[in-house]
Amino acid sequence: MITIKLNGRQQTLDADPGMPLLWAIRDLIGLTGTKFGCGIAQCGACTVHVDGVPTRSCQTPLSSLGSAEVTTIEAITGPVAAAVQEAWTKLAVPQCGYCQSGQVMAAMALLSENKTPSDADIDAAMAGNLCRCATYARIRTAIHDAARALA
Amino acid sequence: MLHLLTSRAAPPSRRGFLMATLGGSSGLALGFALPESLAGGRAHAEPQRTPSPFAGYLFIDRNNTVTVLSAHMDMGQGIYHGIATLVAEELGVPVADIKVEGAAGNPRLYGNVTVGGAFQLTGGSSATPSSWERYRRAGATARTMLIAAAAKSWGVAATEVTTEAGSLVHASGKRATFGEMAEAASNLTVPTEVTLKAPAEWTQIGADNTQRVAGRDKVTGAFNFTIDIRRPGMLYAVVAHPPRFGGKVKSVDATAARKVAGVVDVITIARGVAIVARNTYAAIKGREALKIDWDETRAEQRGSDELVEAYRRALAVPGTIAAKRGDVAGALARASKAIDVSFEFPYLAHAALEPLDAVVERKGDSLEIWGGHQLPDFYQAIAAQIAGLTPDRVKMNVMPTGGGFGRRAVADGDVIAEATEIAKAIGWTAPVKLLWTREDDMRGGRYRPLYVHKLRASLGPDGRISAWHHHIVGQSIAIGTAFETSLVSGGIDPTSVEGAADMPYAVPDLQVEVTNMRAGVPVLWWRSVGHTHTAYAVETAMDELAVLAGQDPVAFRLKHLANNSRERSVLEAVAAKAKWDEPLPLGRFRGVAVHKSFGTVVGMVIEITATGPANIKVERVVAAVDCGIAINPDVIRAQIEGGVGFGLGAILHSQITLTKGIVDQGNFDSYQVLRFDEMPIVEVHILPSTRSPSGIGEPGVPPVGPALANAVAAAIGKRVRMLPFDKGLSA
Repeated sequence: MITIKLNGRQQTLDADPGMPLLWAIRDLIGLTGTKFGCGIAQCGACTVHVDGVPTRSCQTPLSSLGSAEVTTIEAITGPVAAAVQEAWTKLAVPQCGYCQSGQVMAAMALLSENKTPSDADIDAAMAGNLCRCATYARIRTAIHDAARALA
Repeated sequence: MLHLLTSRAAPPSRRGFLMATLGGSSGLALGFALPESLAGGRAHAEPQRTPSPFAGYLFIDRNNTVTVLSAHMDMGQGIYHGIATLVAEELGVPVADIKVEGAAGNPRLYGNVTVGGAFQLTGGSSATPSSWERYRRAGATARTMLIAAAAKSWGVAATEVTTEAGSLVHASGKRATFGEMAEAASNLTVPTEVTLKAPAEWTQIGADNTQRVAGRDKVTGAFNFTIDIRRPGMLYAVVAHPPRFGGKVKSVDATAARKVAGVVDVITIARGVAIVARNTYAAIKGREALKIDWDETRAEQRGSDELVEAYRRALAVPGTIAAKRGDVAGALARASKAIDVSFEFPYLAHAALEPLDAVVERKGDSLEIWGGHQLPDFYQAIAAQIAGLTPDRVKMNVMPTGGGFGRRAVADGDVIAEATEIAKAIGWTAPVKLLWTREDDMRGGRYRPLYVHKLRASLGPDGRISAWHHHIVGQSIAIGTAFETSLVSGGIDPTSVEGAADMPYAVPDLQVEVTNMRAGVPVLWWRSVGHTHTAYAVETAMDELAVLAGQDPVAFRLKHLANNSRERSVLEAVAAKAKWDEPLPLGRFRGVAVHKSFGTVVGMVIEITATGPANIKVERVVAAVDCGIAINPDVIRAQIEGGVGFGLGAILHSQITLTKGIVDQGNFDSYQVLRFDEMPIVEVHILPSTRSPSGIGEPGVPPVGPALANAVAAAIGKRVRMLPFDKGLSA
């Protein structure tokens, strides 16, 4: 048994401590907004926040979490989340949508740290998040849009 | 013309039962079958007996929710939004009020009209052409019946009833929502003729906005793909596949695998060894513990270098003629100015971000399958055969997918067959979700085929092209599959030569030939299929010929295009929008390409900055598109933007190589695709048109590569003819 703090609740799981957080979230807890894309932290589809830091859940063993607070796409709240989701919808960023949970989590983390990111800041922060539909240009515009909305 | 009225809920006799079951909350509904003239064949009798009793194009519940059942799967190309727009326009509701679900199980309703209508298909950028007429007709039919029901109920003439945003309205002040009138409407005779709106009356078709059905769900994590399906008691499976294509399981030692916590079963299936477990992690750990001895007597043992060598040798031997006019050999022999170039195109993986997956559940004598079915009728038949059921006992749930790019249209239903086989092997005791990990997906074959081309072309004394000889060597996608008989004729697989055999430039002496090679590496259509390589060869050769002729690349192309050709209009438009005639700032270079695929013409001007082979940056892409009537301009823009990014990643970085038959790449660390900082600004200009809509999911890809290659040649003088650029720039 291992206990993690997820979306504000203690979750006690009957799981191997080596199990990546991704599979605990998806298979054991049943929250499926966090996606599997590569399993080796190369695509960003599985990005969650661990104490607010964007983290690849596919490479985060349950045993490494301790008392850290994990937040998934289903539980994001507050002005930054709202601004990002609103900008994404308004600019029709998603195509298939599969990577977008991870994109939203990464963008939120960027905007929480940097209120007025430049294109270069965005490129650096989002470099680890793949989008095979190539919605990158719209994501860049949406991040600027969300930043303006938050200003 | 016969029409068939079906009901979402069920035929009248069963309504009471279903209403009770559903707690009365979902109300009653309307559904319409395809007019027989479009569907072909006879009416689909007694749909309530099939596992998909809810056949129809749309239904309206009592709460006024309009749900459209889509004949096409959405893999990000936006077809759900497109079909919803068609229904919304004719029905008279805002598209934002429409929900869309995937549908299957009735080819008479959902068969792809562009391939004869016998089976359902999402592919070949054909969804909109296939459904442009029928979904507008469904919307118009529903609106006519709702008006008739209101007129009858209110005792007024139907001509006096109008609709506004999902409601029926009469001058007397009477008013009802579509939902309130849906049940009465469903009891009326379906009209035999409906009049579709004239283009001038459209308010939603052609509207330029950024709405998308389910757009919000895609930023909250609520949008579900196959990988997100959860069934009570469901088990999770992964499969160990042979390391070489064509390998078989000789023997398995599953002792250690069975000891992994959470592993439930280990099963040898036709395609490998399956681990069934309580969660994905346990299944993956179990697979790591397997010891498998593979029989590789019939496996492909060659590496990609050996294949390229064999293909290059085949260039020396004449192929099968795909197009011929005049006397190419004579014209080339007479020419004083000519190019003689060869190209190498690697295997490419689709690498959709949602890897292959499927969920299978059997209850009694019914099977239910969730998947990204581009060919649901094929997969239904395959699963039925494995399960020992008739196809009508197999319900296919068509899920949206996290990308696709052609990978989920396979004649043998690979992942569906595996999932069904696994569920059967555990005695149907639990629903099974099969996941191919990224490595399975990337090493699983079904690649864009490896091709080698040779192109010789000459200029006449008038500075025009006098001869064009193009030889394509590679694996056919269709030969050896269930698609061979319908696609291949006289040794020509059109997917090998499309865009080359029918290239648009006027050349008096032309010969295009193909040599079909055999290799054990499975191949498949990959976003824009044959055009991925033919456009590159044709459009870079045109550029070289323009330079050889001392002419401007746009002017040189225009000289070879007929006055009424759509390529000409698109090329002129893109040149104007990109200000082709004006000089570029210092350090900027540009290239141009135009190409027609899937009925759509796309022209691109790509601007780069380049200081050397190691320092090339794509700055800006200007695109012009003629795809007929633009139903949703922003979806078209998005598809061109996406096509640019998808194409650029492949052209710059992507390649699947094999060493002694084993695929070298396994994940995104070694198989490079376009990343965030490489995405250029893309500017899309849509040409006005009154033609029926043509495809848009694929046509944005073909011009990217040649336009970039032509820009690079302009910048550094290097002609890249070996892809990807990561390899060819230094070659």
